[in-house]
Amino acid sequence: MENFTPLSGFLGGALIGLAATLLLLTNGRIAGISGILGGALPRLGHDRSEALGGALPWRLAFLVGLPLGTLLVAALGGGLAPITLQAGWPLLILAGLLVGIGTRLGQGCTSGHGVCGLARGSRRSLAATATFMAVAVATVAVTRHLLGL
Amino acid sequence: MGAVIGSLLAGILFGAGLTLSRMIDPAKVVGFLDVFGAWDPTLAFVMAGALAVAAPGYALVRRRRGPLFAAAFQIPTRRDIEPRLLAGAGLFGLGWGLAGFCPGPALAALATGLAPVGLFVLAMIGGMLLAGVLARG
Repeated sequence: MENFTPLSGFLGGALIGLAATLLLLTNGRIAGISGILGGALPRLGHDRSEALGGALPWRLAFLVGLPLGTLLVAALGGGLAPITLQAGWPLLILAGLLVGIGTRLGQGCTSGHGVCGLARGSRRSLAATATFMAVAVATVAVTRHLLGL
Repeated sequence: MGAVIGSLLAGILFGAGLTLSRMIDPAKVVGFLDVFGAWDPTLAFVMAGALAVAAPGYALVRRRRGPLFAAAFQIPTRRDIEPRLLAGAGLFGLGWGLAGFCPGPALAALATGLAPVGLFVLAMIGGMLLAGVLARG
């Protein structure tokens, strides 16, 4: 637990909650990253979730804002703390594909289901969040402790 | 214009929150998921902080007739828990556990300039396009 950082975690989380509230207030939209990104991509198929699609400019503005927020914290905090990748490139590609497919089929990710969905008391989001949390915990248990990756 | 500026500010705040909480570091995320190892509960505090603001924030905003710069709120209305929802969440959880990246942190971490982060994001976009094709078939 030497890396446990509850205070900056809670404050960072509060900023995320504020961002979600601001997007609902200004645009009337849920701050689900996979939905915002997915809705900005060209349509290769008919997806029922696309009822919520359209409106490219606000989507691109939000997506560009994400790394800008990272740079802002780096500028204010005197540099960007290093990150440690957890997988080599073949596994990163596989994981990226799974995250992309899964978040579109499941219509949400950690932000859309985990933050926004739970904040508005959605049963679907609670079920989705419990599922992806449990599978992710099991995945880490298997890869780290059984396979020793 | 207000819609785009509001969205840009929300994106910046979101990215700043992910960075301040260190959720852009896959090691922090895997540290949370690794309950059988050196468990790092930080992610639970991030979720708690987000819900502590978003739950009352959403309740307040939804008392309005509509958003400031759009015609109406666009909030999902479905309530059924269908197999596709859980299958998608399962596939997402598998990828999340393998890499320690979910969509928001991966996009914010592009600011590090690390090529593997870009690779993950490209694969994720590929997966999203593929999901559109699968949903059509």
